[in-house]
Amino acid sequence: MKIKVDQHNCIGAGNCAQLAPKVFSQREEDGVVILLDETPGDSEAEDVAKAVKICPAQAISVSEG
Amino acid sequence: MSKVRIWDGREAWLVTRYDDVRFVLRDQRFSVNPHHPGWPPMSAGQGATRRDLKPNIFALDNPVHNELRRMQSADFRIAQIEGWRPRVQQLVDEAIDAMLEMPKPVDLWEAFALKIPSIVICELLGVAYEDSEFFQHHSDRLVKTGSTSEEIGESMDALRGFLRDLVEKKVVTPTEDILSRMATQQVKEGLLTASEVADLCVMLLIAGHDTTSNTICLATILLLQHPDQLEKFRNGDDEVVAKGVEEILRFLDVPHLGRRRVALEDVEVGGQLIRAGEGVIAAQMIADRDETAFEDPDKFDIDRDARHHLGFGFGTHQCLGQPLVRVEVQIALATLFRRIPTLQLAVPMEEIRFDYDALVYGVHELPMTW
Repeated sequence: MKIKVDQHNCIGAGNCAQLAPKVFSQREEDGVVILLDETPGDSEAEDVAKAVKICPAQAISVSEG
Repeated sequence: MSKVRIWDGREAWLVTRYDDVRFVLRDQRFSVNPHHPGWPPMSAGQGATRRDLKPNIFALDNPVHNELRRMQSADFRIAQIEGWRPRVQQLVDEAIDAMLEMPKPVDLWEAFALKIPSIVICELLGVAYEDSEFFQHHSDRLVKTGSTSEEIGESMDALRGFLRDLVEKKVVTPTEDILSRMATQQVKEGLLTASEVADLCVMLLIAGHDTTSNTICLATILLLQHPDQLEKFRNGDDEVVAKGVEEILRFLDVPHLGRRRVALEDVEVGGQLIRAGEGVIAAQMIADRDETAFEDPDKFDIDRDARHHLGFGFGTHQCLGQPLVRVEVQIALATLFRRIPTLQLAVPMEEIRFDYDALVYGVHELPMTW
Protein backbone atom coordinates (compact mmCIF):
# COMPACT_ATOMS: atom_id res chain seq x y z
CA MET A 1 0.00 0.00 0.00
CA LYS A 2 1.32 3.38 -1.03
CA ILE A 3 -0.37 6.55 0.19
CA LYS A 4 -0.52 10.00 -1.38
CA VAL A 5 -2.01 13.12 0.17
CA ASP A 6 -3.12 16.32 -1.50
CA GLN A 7 -2.19 19.17 0.83
CA HIS A 8 -3.61 21.77 -1.53
CA ASN A 9 -7.18 20.48 -1.29
CA CYS A 10 -7.01 19.32 2.35
CA ILE A 11 -9.38 21.26 4.63
CA GLY A 12 -7.78 20.13 7.89
CA ALA A 13 -10.82 18.28 9.20
CA GLY A 14 -8.40 15.90 10.90
CA ASN A 15 -10.43 12.73 10.54
CA CYS A 16 -7.42 10.86 9.11
CA ALA A 17 -5.15 11.94 11.95
CA GLN A 18 -7.72 10.73 14.44
CA LEU A 19 -8.32 7.37 12.76
CA ALA A 20 -4.73 6.47 11.84
CA PRO A 21 -2.39 8.61 13.96
CA LYS A 22 0.67 6.56 12.95
CA VAL A 23 0.09 7.36 9.29
CA PHE A 24 -1.36 10.89 9.29
CA SER A 25 -0.76 14.01 11.32
CA GLN A 26 -1.70 17.69 10.99
CA ARG A 27 0.46 20.72 10.25
CA GLU A 28 0.64 22.92 13.31
CA GLU A 29 -0.10 26.24 11.62
CA ASP A 30 -3.28 25.24 9.75
CA GLY A 31 -4.20 21.63 10.44
CA VAL A 32 -3.39 20.50 6.90
CA VAL A 33 -2.57 16.80 6.57
CA ILE A 34 1.01 15.57 6.97
CA LEU A 35 1.86 12.08 5.75
CA LEU A 36 3.98 10.34 8.40
CA ASP A 37 4.23 6.97 6.72
CA GLU A 38 3.92 6.66 2.96
CA THR A 39 3.98 2.85 2.99
CA PRO A 40 2.40 1.62 6.22
CA GLY A 41 2.03 -2.08 7.02
CA ASP A 42 -1.11 -4.19 6.72
CA SER A 43 -2.04 -3.47 10.32
CA GLU A 44 -2.96 0.05 9.28
CA ALA A 45 -4.90 -0.96 6.15
CA GLU A 46 -8.36 -0.86 7.70
CA ASP A 47 -7.95 2.55 9.31
CA VAL A 48 -6.37 4.00 6.18
CA ALA A 49 -9.26 2.71 4.05
CA LYS A 50 -11.69 4.36 6.43
CA ALA A 51 -9.72 7.60 6.32
CA VAL A 52 -9.87 7.57 2.51
CA LYS A 53 -13.61 7.05 2.62
CA ILE A 54 -14.47 9.77 5.11
CA CYS A 55 -12.01 12.45 3.98
CA PRO A 56 -14.36 15.32 3.05
CA ALA A 57 -11.89 16.81 0.59
CA GLN A 58 -10.90 13.45 -0.92
CA ALA A 59 -7.31 14.41 -0.31
CA ILE A 60 -6.03 10.89 0.35
CA SER A 61 -5.42 8.22 -2.24
CA VAL A 62 -3.97 4.73 -1.96
CA SER A 63 -2.31 2.64 -4.63
CA GLU A 64 -0.93 -0.90 -4.67
CA GLY A 65 2.73 -1.57 -3.93
CA MET B 1 -33.91 12.92 -6.83
CA SER B 2 -36.84 15.22 -7.41
CA LYS B 3 -37.74 18.86 -7.77
CA VAL B 4 -39.36 20.48 -4.76
CA ARG B 5 -40.94 23.87 -4.19
CA ILE B 6 -39.31 25.89 -1.44
CA TRP B 7 -40.90 28.51 0.86
CA ASP B 8 -40.59 31.36 -1.66
CA GLY B 9 -42.30 29.43 -4.46
CA ARG B 10 -39.17 28.65 -6.43
CA GLU B 11 -38.04 25.15 -7.32
CA ALA B 12 -34.89 23.35 -6.26
CA TRP B 13 -33.52 19.83 -6.66
CA LEU B 14 -33.78 17.65 -3.57
CA VAL B 15 -30.86 15.21 -3.50
CA THR B 16 -31.30 12.37 -1.00
CA ARG B 17 -29.10 9.38 -1.91
CA TYR B 18 -25.91 9.00 0.12
CA ASP B 19 -23.58 8.86 -2.89
CA ASP B 20 -25.34 11.74 -4.64
CA VAL B 21 -25.24 13.98 -1.57
CA ARG B 22 -21.51 13.34 -1.18
CA PHE B 23 -21.03 14.04 -4.87
CA VAL B 24 -22.85 17.39 -4.73
CA LEU B 25 -21.18 18.54 -1.53
CA ARG B 26 -17.65 17.85 -2.73
CA ASP B 27 -18.01 19.00 -6.35
CA GLN B 28 -16.82 22.57 -6.85
CA ARG B 29 -19.31 23.08 -9.68
CA PHE B 30 -21.91 23.46 -6.94
CA SER B 31 -21.56 26.82 -5.24
CA VAL B 32 -22.56 27.99 -1.74
CA ASN B 33 -22.71 31.60 -2.93
CA PRO B 34 -26.02 33.09 -1.70
CA HIS B 35 -25.65 36.06 -4.06
CA HIS B 36 -26.34 33.70 -6.94
CA PRO B 37 -30.03 34.07 -7.88
CA GLY B 38 -30.55 30.30 -8.01
CA TRP B 39 -29.28 29.64 -4.51
CA PRO B 40 -32.18 28.27 -2.37
CA PRO B 41 -32.31 29.93 1.07
CA MET B 42 -33.95 28.15 4.02
CA SER B 43 -35.93 31.22 5.06
CA ALA B 44 -36.42 34.85 4.08
CA GLY B 45 -34.30 36.04 6.99
CA GLN B 46 -31.53 33.59 6.30
CA GLY B 47 -31.37 34.52 2.65
CA ALA B 48 -31.02 38.20 3.48
CA THR B 49 -28.41 37.61 6.17
CA ARG B 50 -26.24 35.40 4.06
CA ARG B 51 -26.18 37.95 1.29
CA ASP B 52 -25.32 40.68 3.75
CA LEU B 53 -22.23 39.11 5.30
CA LYS B 54 -18.69 39.38 4.01
CA PRO B 55 -16.42 37.49 4.20
CA ASN B 56 -18.68 34.73 5.46
CA ILE B 57 -16.97 31.37 5.49
CA PHE B 58 -20.31 29.59 4.90
CA ALA B 59 -20.97 31.60 1.75
CA LEU B 60 -17.69 31.50 -0.15
CA ASP B 61 -16.36 29.02 -2.66
CA ASN B 62 -12.77 27.98 -3.17
CA PRO B 63 -10.05 29.09 -3.32
CA VAL B 64 -11.11 31.92 -0.98
CA HIS B 65 -12.99 29.58 1.37
CA ASN B 66 -10.01 27.35 2.07
CA GLU B 67 -7.76 30.36 2.59
CA LEU B 68 -10.07 31.75 5.28
CA ARG B 69 -10.71 28.36 6.79
CA ARG B 70 -7.00 27.76 7.22
CA MET B 71 -6.75 30.90 9.33
CA GLN B 72 -8.90 29.16 11.93
CA SER B 73 -8.21 25.48 11.45
CA ALA B 74 -5.04 25.36 13.59
CA ASP B 75 -7.21 25.77 16.68
CA PHE B 76 -9.40 22.83 15.69
CA ARG B 77 -6.62 20.31 15.10
CA ILE B 78 -7.26 16.92 16.74
CA ALA B 79 -4.25 17.31 19.05
CA GLN B 80 -5.36 20.79 20.07
CA ILE B 81 -8.96 19.80 20.81
CA GLU B 82 -7.97 16.60 22.63
CA GLY B 83 -6.07 18.90 24.98
CA TRP B 84 -9.43 20.41 25.97
CA ARG B 85 -10.77 17.12 27.39
CA PRO B 86 -9.83 17.79 31.03
CA ARG B 87 -11.37 21.28 30.89
CA VAL B 88 -14.57 20.00 29.22
CA GLN B 89 -14.80 17.22 31.83
CA GLN B 90 -14.44 19.79 34.59
CA LEU B 91 -17.17 22.01 33.10
CA VAL B 92 -19.49 19.02 32.68
CA ASP B 93 -18.92 17.93 36.28
CA GLU B 94 -19.51 21.44 37.58
CA ALA B 95 -22.74 21.75 35.58
CA ILE B 96 -23.95 18.40 36.96
CA ASP B 97 -22.99 19.39 40.53
CA ALA B 98 -25.05 22.56 40.11
CA MET B 99 -27.99 20.66 38.59
CA LEU B 100 -28.06 18.20 41.49
CA GLU B 101 -28.57 21.14 43.86
CA MET B 102 -31.45 22.62 41.84
CA PRO B 103 -35.13 22.02 42.58
CA LYS B 104 -36.56 19.43 40.21
CA PRO B 105 -37.53 19.33 37.43
CA VAL B 106 -34.43 20.84 35.88
CA ASP B 107 -34.37 22.14 32.32
CA LEU B 108 -31.50 20.14 30.85
CA TRP B 109 -31.32 22.44 27.85
CA GLU B 110 -30.45 25.51 29.86
CA ALA B 111 -28.71 24.01 32.87
CA PHE B 112 -26.48 21.65 30.96
CA ALA B 113 -26.72 21.20 27.21
CA LEU B 114 -26.34 24.87 26.29
CA LYS B 115 -23.95 25.71 29.08
CA ILE B 116 -21.13 23.38 28.04
CA PRO B 117 -20.67 24.48 24.40
CA SER B 118 -21.30 28.14 25.30
CA ILE B 119 -18.54 28.25 27.91
CA VAL B 120 -16.15 26.26 25.73
CA ILE B 121 -16.59 28.40 22.60
CA CYS B 122 -16.28 31.58 24.69
CA GLU B 123 -13.04 30.30 26.22
CA LEU B 124 -11.69 29.16 22.85
CA LEU B 125 -12.43 32.52 21.26
CA GLY B 126 -11.30 34.51 24.27
CA VAL B 127 -14.67 36.03 25.20
CA ALA B 128 -15.56 36.51 28.87
CA TYR B 129 -18.34 34.13 29.90
CA GLU B 130 -20.13 37.03 31.61
CA ASP B 131 -21.06 38.13 28.09
CA SER B 132 -22.59 34.79 27.14
CA GLU B 133 -26.19 35.85 27.82
CA PHE B 134 -25.78 38.63 25.29
CA PHE B 135 -24.38 36.09 22.81
CA GLN B 136 -27.10 33.58 23.51
CA HIS B 137 -29.87 36.07 22.89
CA HIS B 138 -28.44 37.19 19.59
CA SER B 139 -27.30 33.83 18.25
CA ASP B 140 -30.72 32.39 19.12
CA ARG B 141 -32.37 34.95 16.85
CA LEU B 142 -29.97 34.08 14.04
CA VAL B 143 -30.95 30.42 13.90
CA LYS B 144 -34.74 30.76 14.16
CA THR B 145 -36.45 30.61 10.78
CA GLY B 146 -39.17 32.88 12.21
CA SER B 147 -36.76 35.78 12.75
CA THR B 148 -37.26 38.69 10.38
CA SER B 149 -34.35 39.92 8.32
CA GLU B 150 -34.34 43.11 10.46
CA GLU B 151 -33.99 41.05 13.65
CA ILE B 152 -31.27 38.94 12.09
CA GLY B 153 -29.45 42.00 10.81
CA GLU B 154 -29.68 43.68 14.22
CA SER B 155 -28.35 40.65 16.08
CA MET B 156 -25.60 40.09 13.56
CA ASP B 157 -24.51 43.73 13.86
CA ALA B 158 -24.53 43.52 17.66
CA LEU B 159 -22.34 40.42 17.67
CA ARG B 160 -19.98 41.69 14.98
CA GLY B 161 -19.59 45.04 16.72
CA PHE B 162 -18.78 43.39 20.03
CA LEU B 163 -16.26 41.01 18.50
CA ARG B 164 -14.64 43.77 16.43
CA ASP B 165 -14.03 45.83 19.55
CA LEU B 166 -12.63 42.79 21.29
CA VAL B 167 -10.29 42.01 18.36
CA GLU B 168 -9.03 45.59 18.41
CA LYS B 169 -8.27 45.27 22.12
CA LYS B 170 -6.46 41.99 21.52
CA VAL B 171 -4.26 43.54 18.84
CA VAL B 172 -2.80 45.66 21.66
CA THR B 173 -2.93 43.12 24.49
CA PRO B 174 -3.17 39.58 23.11
CA THR B 175 -3.98 36.60 25.34
CA GLU B 176 -4.04 32.86 24.56
CA ASP B 177 -7.11 32.38 22.37
CA ILE B 178 -8.44 32.40 18.79
CA LEU B 179 -9.33 36.11 18.68
CA SER B 180 -5.87 37.04 19.94
CA ARG B 181 -4.14 34.74 17.48
CA MET B 182 -6.14 36.21 14.60
CA ALA B 183 -5.58 39.73 15.90
CA THR B 184 -1.82 39.15 15.92
CA GLN B 185 -1.49 37.08 12.73
CA GLN B 186 -4.13 38.69 10.53
CA VAL B 187 -5.01 42.19 11.73
CA LYS B 188 -1.56 43.30 12.86
CA GLU B 189 -0.06 41.99 9.62
CA GLY B 190 -2.66 43.86 7.58
CA LEU B 191 -4.14 40.68 6.02
CA LEU B 192 -7.65 41.13 7.43
CA THR B 193 -9.38 44.01 9.20
CA ALA B 194 -10.76 43.67 12.73
CA SER B 195 -14.27 43.65 11.19
CA GLU B 196 -13.39 40.80 8.87
CA VAL B 197 -11.99 38.76 11.75
CA ALA B 198 -15.18 39.53 13.72
CA ASP B 199 -17.27 38.26 10.79
CA LEU B 200 -15.35 35.01 10.68
CA CYS B 201 -15.52 34.51 14.43
CA VAL B 202 -19.22 35.30 14.68
CA MET B 203 -19.73 32.16 12.60
CA LEU B 204 -17.77 30.06 15.09
CA LEU B 205 -19.81 31.50 17.91
CA ILE B 206 -23.14 30.70 16.28
CA ALA B 207 -22.09 27.30 15.01
CA GLY B 208 -20.75 26.42 18.44
CA HIS B 209 -23.99 27.07 20.30
CA ASP B 210 -27.17 25.44 19.06
CA THR B 211 -25.85 22.45 17.17
CA THR B 212 -24.00 20.84 20.05
CA SER B 213 -26.60 21.66 22.68
CA ASN B 214 -29.47 20.31 20.61
CA THR B 215 -27.51 17.16 19.88
CA ILE B 216 -26.98 16.65 23.63
CA CYS B 217 -30.70 17.17 24.42
CA LEU B 218 -32.05 15.02 21.62
CA ALA B 219 -29.47 12.30 22.32
CA THR B 220 -30.59 12.22 25.97
CA ILE B 221 -34.17 11.55 24.85
CA LEU B 222 -33.00 9.06 22.22
CA LEU B 223 -30.94 7.03 24.70
CA LEU B 224 -33.78 7.02 27.27
CA GLN B 225 -36.08 5.66 24.55
CA HIS B 226 -33.62 2.79 23.93
CA PRO B 227 -32.82 1.36 27.39
CA ASP B 228 -30.74 -1.53 26.03
CA GLN B 229 -28.56 0.86 24.03
CA LEU B 230 -28.32 3.20 27.01
CA GLU B 231 -27.05 0.35 29.22
CA LYS B 232 -24.29 -0.45 26.74
CA PHE B 233 -23.42 3.22 26.39
CA ARG B 234 -23.34 3.86 30.15
CA ASN B 235 -21.20 0.82 30.89
CA GLY B 236 -18.97 1.21 27.87
CA ASP B 237 -15.38 2.39 27.72
CA ASP B 238 -14.21 5.47 25.79
CA GLU B 239 -14.28 3.56 22.53
CA VAL B 240 -17.90 2.45 23.01
CA VAL B 241 -18.88 6.02 23.87
CA ALA B 242 -17.05 7.47 20.85
CA LYS B 243 -18.71 4.94 18.54
CA GLY B 244 -22.09 5.56 20.15
CA VAL B 245 -21.75 9.28 19.58
CA GLU B 246 -21.08 8.73 15.85
CA GLU B 247 -24.32 6.75 15.66
CA ILE B 248 -26.11 9.55 17.55
CA LEU B 249 -24.76 12.12 15.08
CA ARG B 250 -25.89 9.98 12.14
CA PHE B 251 -29.31 9.26 13.59
CA LEU B 252 -30.16 12.79 14.73
CA ASP B 253 -28.54 14.99 12.07
CA VAL B 254 -29.68 18.19 13.80
CA PRO B 255 -29.04 20.58 10.84
CA HIS B 256 -32.25 19.13 9.43
CA LEU B 257 -32.90 21.39 6.45
CA GLY B 258 -30.13 20.07 4.24
CA ARG B 259 -27.16 21.88 2.71
CA ARG B 260 -27.91 24.48 0.05
CA ARG B 261 -26.05 24.81 -3.23
CA VAL B 262 -26.51 26.20 -6.74
CA ALA B 263 -25.14 24.61 -9.93
CA LEU B 264 -22.59 26.82 -11.72
CA GLU B 265 -22.74 24.67 -14.85
CA ASP B 266 -24.70 21.69 -16.16
CA VAL B 267 -23.82 18.67 -14.03
CA GLU B 268 -25.18 15.13 -14.06
CA VAL B 269 -25.88 13.72 -10.60
CA GLY B 270 -26.98 10.11 -10.23
CA GLY B 271 -28.21 10.05 -13.83
CA GLN B 272 -30.14 13.31 -13.56
CA LEU B 273 -29.01 16.46 -15.33
CA ILE B 274 -28.94 19.53 -13.12
CA ARG B 275 -28.75 22.69 -15.20
CA ALA B 276 -26.57 25.71 -14.54
CA GLY B 277 -28.37 28.13 -12.23
CA GLU B 278 -30.63 25.55 -10.59
CA GLY B 279 -30.76 25.33 -6.81
CA VAL B 280 -29.89 22.12 -5.00
CA ILE B 281 -30.76 20.92 -1.50
CA ALA B 282 -28.29 18.22 -0.54
CA ALA B 283 -30.30 16.47 2.18
CA GLN B 284 -27.58 14.93 4.31
CA MET B 285 -30.09 13.94 7.00
CA ILE B 286 -31.98 11.76 4.51
CA ALA B 287 -28.75 10.40 3.03
CA ASP B 288 -27.75 9.26 6.51
CA ARG B 289 -30.75 6.91 6.40
CA ASP B 290 -29.76 5.45 3.00
CA GLU B 291 -29.63 1.66 3.23
CA THR B 292 -26.84 1.49 0.68
CA ALA B 293 -24.62 3.29 3.21
CA PHE B 294 -26.04 2.00 6.51
CA GLU B 295 -27.64 -1.40 7.05
CA ASP B 296 -31.12 -1.17 8.57
CA PRO B 297 -30.70 2.62 8.66
CA ASP B 298 -33.78 3.50 10.73
CA LYS B 299 -32.51 1.40 13.60
CA PHE B 300 -30.59 3.26 16.31
CA ASP B 301 -27.67 0.94 16.99
CA ILE B 302 -24.66 2.19 18.92
CA ASP B 303 -22.63 -0.86 17.91
CA ARG B 304 -22.58 0.07 14.24
CA ASP B 305 -19.67 1.79 12.55
CA ALA B 306 -21.33 5.05 11.49
CA ARG B 307 -18.24 7.20 11.21
CA HIS B 308 -18.91 7.89 7.51
CA HIS B 309 -22.16 9.73 8.36
CA LEU B 310 -22.78 13.17 6.90
CA GLY B 311 -23.87 14.88 10.11
CA PHE B 312 -21.01 17.34 9.77
CA GLY B 313 -21.59 17.77 6.04
CA PHE B 314 -19.05 16.76 3.41
CA GLY B 315 -16.66 18.47 1.04
CA THR B 316 -14.83 21.70 1.58
CA HIS B 317 -17.46 23.11 3.96
CA GLN B 318 -17.49 20.17 6.35
CA CYS B 319 -17.84 21.38 9.95
CA LEU B 320 -14.64 23.00 11.19
CA GLY B 321 -15.53 22.33 14.80
CA GLN B 322 -16.24 18.62 14.48
CA PRO B 323 -13.41 17.42 16.76
CA LEU B 324 -14.74 19.77 19.44
CA VAL B 325 -18.34 18.61 19.01
CA ARG B 326 -17.19 15.01 19.40
CA VAL B 327 -15.29 15.74 22.62
CA GLU B 328 -18.16 17.77 24.10
CA VAL B 329 -20.94 15.32 23.25
CA GLN B 330 -18.93 12.26 24.32
CA ILE B 331 -18.02 13.71 27.72
CA ALA B 332 -21.40 15.36 28.33
CA LEU B 333 -23.52 12.26 27.63
CA ALA B 334 -21.23 9.67 29.24
CA THR B 335 -20.85 11.73 32.42
CA LEU B 336 -24.53 12.67 32.62
CA PHE B 337 -25.79 9.07 32.50
CA ARG B 338 -23.08 7.74 34.80
CA ARG B 339 -23.50 10.39 37.47
CA ILE B 340 -27.31 10.47 37.35
CA PRO B 341 -28.24 6.84 36.59
CA THR B 342 -31.94 7.40 37.31
CA LEU B 343 -32.20 10.37 34.93
CA GLN B 344 -35.61 10.52 33.24
CA LEU B 345 -38.02 12.91 31.54
CA ALA B 346 -40.10 14.92 34.02
CA VAL B 347 -43.05 15.16 31.62
CA PRO B 348 -44.64 12.71 29.18
CA MET B 349 -42.86 12.58 25.83
CA GLU B 350 -45.88 14.23 24.11
CA GLU B 351 -45.34 17.39 26.11
CA ILE B 352 -41.79 18.01 24.90
CA ARG B 353 -41.90 20.92 22.46
CA PHE B 354 -39.62 20.26 19.51
CA ASP B 355 -38.20 23.16 17.58
CA TYR B 356 -39.14 22.23 14.03
CA ASP B 357 -38.84 25.84 12.86
CA ALA B 358 -35.20 26.41 13.62
CA LEU B 359 -32.35 25.80 11.19
CA VAL B 360 -31.05 23.37 13.77
CA TYR B 361 -33.58 20.82 15.01
CA GLY B 362 -33.93 20.64 18.77
CA VAL B 363 -36.08 21.27 21.82
CA HIS B 364 -37.39 24.46 23.43
CA GLU B 365 -36.69 23.02 26.86
CA LEU B 366 -36.12 19.60 28.36
CA PRO B 367 -37.53 19.11 31.88
CA MET B 368 -35.70 16.26 33.59
CA THR B 369 -35.86 14.58 36.96
CA TRP B 370 -34.08 11.70 38.73
